Amino acid sequence: MVWDFSAFGAQTALLSETCTMTYQELGARSGQIAAPVPPRSLVFLLARNSPAAIAGYVGFLQRGAVPVMLDAALDAELLAALRRAYRPRYAWLPEERAAAFAEGSEVLRQTGYVLLDLQEESIPLHEDLALLMTTSGSTGSPKLVRQSYGNLKSNIDSIIDYLRIDVSERAITNLPMHYVYGLSVLNTHLAAGASVVVTERTLFDRAFWQLVRERGVTSLAGVPYTYAMLKRLRFFRMDLPALHTLTQAGGKLDPELHAEFAEFAAREGKSFVVMYGAAEATARMGYLPAADAVRKTGAMGIAIPGGRFELVDEAGREITETDTVGELVYYGANVTMGYATSGADLALGDTRGGRYETGDLAKRDADGCYTVVGRKHRFLKLFGKRTNLQEVEHILRRHFGDIDVACAGTDDHLHVFVTDGALAAEIVPFLSGKLGVHRSAFAVKCIAAIPKNPSGKTVYRELEQYYDV
Amino acid sequence: MTDLEKYTNVFTELFAKSADEVKKLHYQDILEWDSVGHMTLISSLEEAFDIMMETDDIIDFESYEKGIEILKKYGVSFDA
Repeated sequence: MVWDFSAFGAQTALLSETCTMTYQELGARSGQIAAPVPPRSLVFLLARNSPAAIAGYVGFLQRGAVPVMLDAALDAELLAALRRAYRPRYAWLPEERAAAFAEGSEVLRQTGYVLLDLQEESIPLHEDLALLMTTSGSTGSPKLVRQSYGNLKSNIDSIIDYLRIDVSERAITNLPMHYVYGLSVLNTHLAAGASVVVTERTLFDRAFWQLVRERGVTSLAGVPYTYAMLKRLRFFRMDLPALHTLTQAGGKLDPELHAEFAEFAAREGKSFVVMYGAAEATARMGYLPAADAVRKTGAMGIAIPGGRFELVDEAGREITETDTVGELVYYGANVTMGYATSGADLALGDTRGGRYETGDLAKRDADGCYTVVGRKHRFLKLFGKRTNLQEVEHILRRHFGDIDVACAGTDDHLHVFVTDGALAAEIVPFLSGKLGVHRSAFAVKCIAAIPKNPSGKTVYRELEQYYDV
Repeated sequence: MTDLEKYTNVFTELFAKSADEVKKLHYQDILEWDSVGHMTLISSLEEAFDIMMETDDIIDFESYEKGIEILKKYGVSFDA
């Protein structure tokens, strides 16, 4: 059992535009949804930000069933590939997507969500396995992160501790639940007896801000792109007295935006907390204490309570000098059990032993504060969604045949390099649809030849000259 | 190019739709006009007409039609 709601009975857990649910009601409703699902069953949960999706999630976890958190808008083909890899026995999904599981038989239906029995054999799940999260927001890679009950518990406790989340807090679901950051907001608030406003409205919807005002939302969570939007919405001029905490994760925030929000928060007596995390560490690894937000612009901060960072050089030796760049390694009880690429991997135990090499390059200053300066591997974030560039190349080759292609770029700007100009017009709409990412994130450039080294590997560095063209 | 053409062009280029199609568009009608698309749209319009829109106007900007009404407040002239 992940949460104990018994102390919060009549307090409000969830609020939407049309209803409120107390902890008692959430407990009852989630129990009802999960009752037909035997413990240790694998459940595909196609998440929307709705009370039904949340109740299902809570119910499955509490019952010992293992949810795989997926985007309700996930491309049908990518969803089918995940099903083939994992053979889930149940699915909890919005009615409108039930057609994709035609052979499933309906077990129950609640406010727009359906529980389907997919008639699969049960596969053995490791006893510690609690939850499976995707590593890549959008490419639908079959790689999942195996999170244990201990991981969830440890990360929830630690986040509640450093963000001081208590019963008086009220969050809002502007991030999706299939994303570890969005899910951690929900997990921590339910553990603290706080409440969450559930909505699918976006920041550009008047009703979103009405909810923030009328329901007295106390904190907002955002990826870098959220902060760019907030700035454009003249957030600094909005009058939101109940709102006292702004948290940021999901990629490095542009230092100018960091400074502007930190100064705004300092001026208005609010907290702005820059944070750092990954699905492989359940959700959170580091945070920059609000008191340092102005002084340490651009920094990522320190390890969360119970965790520890270390920097290592290319030979794997620990770096003890200050201001020296190395790979950031994290130690803590929230380091997950490892990856899975198929159903058979779900029987595996812990393969990481509490140590996670983040793949981020960072340095530490004299105060012990860390700053992320780059990445070791080839992925970037598109509006907060981690996107593996090699997988994108793979998806393109699968669709367009064996074309000459290289993907590179910076966060929010993925550049696709091709040598066949005729493909240029098709690639952007294809990728946008396939990955569920807005088309403005993609640019296609036709070049004479993809730069390769003598062993035939793409030399991505040489592509950088085209980024601004 | 008239301001109306300029305005329509921002939509057709951003959303890859014809001028006739964009005239009927509302926020979230199509995948491309999501919150990210909205932000890009507002930036592009602010740049095209050299204006700075208020929060209320960015939020009220829920369709092609409504946008015309809003931009008039910023001195953009849609008269033929």
